[in-house]
Amino acid sequence: MENFLARYRNASVLVVVLLAQVIALATQVKRSPDPRHPEAGSVRLIRLWAVSAITPLEKALVNTSGWMQAGWANYAYLRGVREQNRALRAELDRMRLAQVRLSEDAAQARRLQALLDFKQQFVSQTVAAQVIGSSGSEQSRLLYLDKGTGNGIALDMPVITPEGIVGKVIRVFPSASQVLEITDPSSGVGVILEKSRLLGILKGTPGGQTEVQYVMADEKVDAGERVLTSGGDSVFPKGLPVGIVQRAVFDRERDPFLKIQVKPATDLGRLEEVLVITRVAERQPEAPELPTRMRAADILAQRLPGVKNKPEAAATMAAIWRASARQKSAPPKAQAKPWPPPAGAAPEPAPAAGSTASPATGAPSETLPQRPAAGSTVSPAIASNPPPAGNQPPAGSPATATASPKANQPAVKPPAKKQIPPQLPPQSLATPIPAAPPAPSRGGLANQHPRALQRAPSMKLTASAGALGRALGTP
Amino acid sequence: VSVALPSSSREEIEVYRFSTLAAVGIPLLALFVQAFLPSRARWFAIFDLPLLVTVFFAVARRSPAIGLLTGAIIGILQDSLTHQPVGLYGIAKTLVGYGASSIGARIDVENPGSRLLLTFGFYLIHQAIYFLIARHMARLALEWRFGHMLAAALANGLLAVALFAVLDRAKQRA
Repeated sequence: MENFLARYRNASVLVVVLLAQVIALATQVKRSPDPRHPEAGSVRLIRLWAVSAITPLEKALVNTSGWMQAGWANYAYLRGVREQNRALRAELDRMRLAQVRLSEDAAQARRLQALLDFKQQFVSQTVAAQVIGSSGSEQSRLLYLDKGTGNGIALDMPVITPEGIVGKVIRVFPSASQVLEITDPSSGVGVILEKSRLLGILKGTPGGQTEVQYVMADEKVDAGERVLTSGGDSVFPKGLPVGIVQRAVFDRERDPFLKIQVKPATDLGRLEEVLVITRVAERQPEAPELPTRMRAADILAQRLPGVKNKPEAAATMAAIWRASARQKSAPPKAQAKPWPPPAGAAPEPAPAAGSTASPATGAPSETLPQRPAAGSTVSPAIASNPPPAGNQPPAGSPATATASPKANQPAVKPPAKKQIPPQLPPQSLATPIPAAPPAPSRGGLANQHPRALQRAPSMKLTASAGALGRALGTP
Repeated sequence: VSVALPSSSREEIEVYRFSTLAAVGIPLLALFVQAFLPSRARWFAIFDLPLLVTVFFAVARRSPAIGLLTGAIIGILQDSLTHQPVGLYGIAKTLVGYGASSIGARIDVENPGSRLLLTFGFYLIHQAIYFLIARHMARLALEWRFGHMLAAALANGLLAVALFAVLDRAKQRA
């Protein structure tokens, strides 16, 4: 080398001077790495050269090793796959059951959010990318992905895994991109603690850990609490998992604040594939429509073990009607209110059996004392609803139901007559209860005996429901 | 009476050169491995292969000017793979390259023990320079963890002993 320099001294000096200037220029000049995508920003020329030189090699190595590993794992090494498949199927069954339960909770949550006029952010588009390298330095916690502007990656896009967030894109090249991890000291993520709902900023530390800062010292933070993105940084959508609180200590550098150490949900040291969120949609959550009001007869027909066929139940109901029509022992003294009131419909015949008592006379009936119906799980509309259209009572049946107990006795044999307490307001009997969504099956109506249903105050069925149950022949 | 010259005698120290392929390929390979392996095994970031290569070339060539140029180029390339200002590693490795080639011109650095000590010391010097520049010039948030630095210096020293033995095959007598 020295001989070379001695021999070509002038040329060497020229090369050195030119090289130094080019390097100096390259370190100062910024250029868009991809003119077709100006949104990717600009990077230093020297970075562009270095990344362009290194990333193809890394890509080739990763792809080659990936093919080899996939070939071995998918075609050669299949030991235990059958057992694993069985276990996964069992897991899938459990998950399906869990999903059924959770979907009801989610529907309720969406409905409540809609009521509160919340706006939600939804991850609507992602790009899967492979981690092909890093900065190689403990002072700079970067990842290199094999996707760039050509794949729709742009600056500040969040990078996540199914476990949690990873970081955000800070530089984009035509076929690669740089991701700043959340453990880097220069990163910052707006977070919220799941239970205590405390807001803070997640920062990386020089040692490679993460901590939530700017939480007041008088707040109580428990270890094990989950940390989620708050959406306040305008980079990460709200609600993505970040990590778990390890411990919270007083921050001596920032006097009135806590220092909450967080273990990242994602193992950043073993990342191979990540998702880059390329589009986040914001929309108003749609509240699922409230379930249509169901008549108690329909619910009973669905849930009572002895009643499988809905038309049969309706036919039995019609028989009760016919029997009560034949009685006609007392003139009508009260008119039952239909519920829900049919729009624009004329008053329709109300069932006689178990109909509500006359509020004017307070005549005894089969109606059990009922409480006001807030939170009712079953619409008590059976007390006043007409039967299905195909099972209308024959002509001559009363347009309004009589409330005489004697008239009802031949048709329905009451187990024990109960009088309406005089202090009970008539509205509690005659006014129907607004229907609520059907309760989950856990401990719900499905496993209850009809008599038990009558007694259960939470079910708030009128006596007519019990009478119907007995008329249907259930024990 | 014959007097044995010490091994550090200037006359016994040989100057080596490298083929163009080795002079260019080995630093690039070191940069590539340094960028790739920590993404799969985070603990590998404790090593600084570009620094070891800088020390190796500087000591073998025993020319301060070439040593500092080698360090500068390798350092700038290493900087360009990070998200921090270009020049932090460049300045640190320039000084290391200059110092290593200056020491290499005076003492024997061929045996494993001296290589271990040399790399151990230069790793600490490199980290100290980097820390000073990054903390006071670039205003970066860094933390000097002495225990971690000592462990890393020892690990790099041990790796250097093995690595230099392999790289010796690329040496050519000047």
